[in-house]
Amino acid sequence: MNWEPLLLTFELALTTTIALFVVSIPLAYWLSKTNSRVKPIIETLVSMPLVLPPTVLGFYFLVAFSPNNAFGEWLNSWLGLQLVFSFGGLVVASMIYSLPFMVQPIQAGLSSLPSSLSEAAAVMGKSRNITLLKVLLPNIKKSLLTGIVLAFAHTVGEFGVVLMIGGNIPGKTRVASIAIYDEVEALNYEAANFYSLTLFAITFAMLLLVYLINGGYLKRFWK
Amino acid sequence: MINLSFQKHLKTTDGSFELSIDLDIPKGTFVTLYGHSGAGKTSFLRILAGLLVPDKGSILVNEIPWYHSEKKINLSPQKRNIGYVFQDYALFPNMTVKENLKFAQRKGQTKDLIPELMEVMELSKLENRTPDTLSGGQKQRAALARALVQQPDILLLDEPLAALDAQISTKLQDYILKAHKDYGLTTILVSHDLGEIIKLTDTVIVMDQGRITKAGVPQDIFMNRQLSGKFQFTGTILSIKKQDVIYVVTVLIYNTIIKVVADASEIQDLRNGDSVVVASKAFNPVIYKVTDGS
Repeated sequence: MNWEPLLLTFELALTTTIALFVVSIPLAYWLSKTNSRVKPIIETLVSMPLVLPPTVLGFYFLVAFSPNNAFGEWLNSWLGLQLVFSFGGLVVASMIYSLPFMVQPIQAGLSSLPSSLSEAAAVMGKSRNITLLKVLLPNIKKSLLTGIVLAFAHTVGEFGVVLMIGGNIPGKTRVASIAIYDEVEALNYEAANFYSLTLFAITFAMLLLVYLINGGYLKRFWK
Repeated sequence: MINLSFQKHLKTTDGSFELSIDLDIPKGTFVTLYGHSGAGKTSFLRILAGLLVPDKGSILVNEIPWYHSEKKINLSPQKRNIGYVFQDYALFPNMTVKENLKFAQRKGQTKDLIPELMEVMELSKLENRTPDTLSGGQKQRAALARALVQQPDILLLDEPLAALDAQISTKLQDYILKAHKDYGLTTILVSHDLGEIIKLTDTVIVMDQGRITKAGVPQDIFMNRQLSGKFQFTGTILSIKKQDVIYVVTVLIYNTIIKVVADASEIQDLRNGDSVVVASKAFNPVIYKVTDGS
């Protein structure tokens, strides 16, 4: 059996999730605090990937990152980034595609904390960053876990965006979901079943773990 | 000395009003803010702590401007050395009692008050407990201790005793009074409880719709001065019932219910929920022991 597409899928999901986690915390923090007029617009943009067909996103990425136009050309010549049909491009596209799954739980978690917590830290002379790291984030561990797992699982499950921007290059952009489609087209049902079943089992196990942890079932079991 | 002179437009659910404060508080005073909910008491504390910015005016603490609208000065809460006990205590749920206190320590602070505060507030046995396992009174003690760790110049208490039963709050009043005296604090308390105010306070500020309507010694503000009572208590009216030609007024004083007889003219402006003074002039009260104190 060829494990490459599966490994690539999890490599992509892991890279995307880590990068997304780092980006989403400041974004979610800003969204949970701000009274700015542009907040609804930013919130809408963050949520857009929930409703847009992935092919729409993929199409615009393809156009934007193409070396044939200004932005793609600039990326290529200045940063040496070739985002079309490359792993790097998949990561960037997946980050946008899974953004709401990471940002929304974290934002909801931060908003659910009473404002007196950060105010108490402020009168103790603590900076915003210290307050975020030591007080706010440790109190929304469930939300962080939810965000991480949803973003990871959602990236594992993406198809349209990858197909549009990444294509089907073995070892580079041929992730499991693409491989399944490919094998079915070739009437190779056994291989398709292998990839499908693996994805099914792993995503089931991950989501189950989240529900067990966040529902407090594991704690009860240990006690 | 704290010199306050500021205005702030406040929006509430029942419309908006102007919070307008002009007040000098001498160092070391214990001040209580008293008034209906929505009178602007909490906003007063938040403005002093820097959590809310006034529209204009100035706040000077020992001649140093913390806020000055004309000079465009506004010190962040981090730079004002204030201890604040929030209404919901705001203990950090992810930390134990001891970690909560440690977190409050300022960088470069030389004197470590934590062991002393743990001792005085009787927190030593609770040091490794997290806030969600504490009772209301224990949380309050932890929050008070935490507010004192940074050796604040000013201590702000936002109705810290409101949610506690009478017995526990009496004990906590003693802690607050002790901390106020021992650490030479200027303390500002928001409270509705007349007994608490009379016990703790040097000066009481009565606020209504964002303005200071009365200020002075609690005795003068709350007790009827024409009444030279031998003994008197403040309480809340629970009910007023007519019995034949007289009225029986039921009053809750701390956790005791007392019935007082009144005539029609006396009850005219009394309503359920009013705060009243029950005083006796002519008789010597009888005193006898119920149980041993210790």
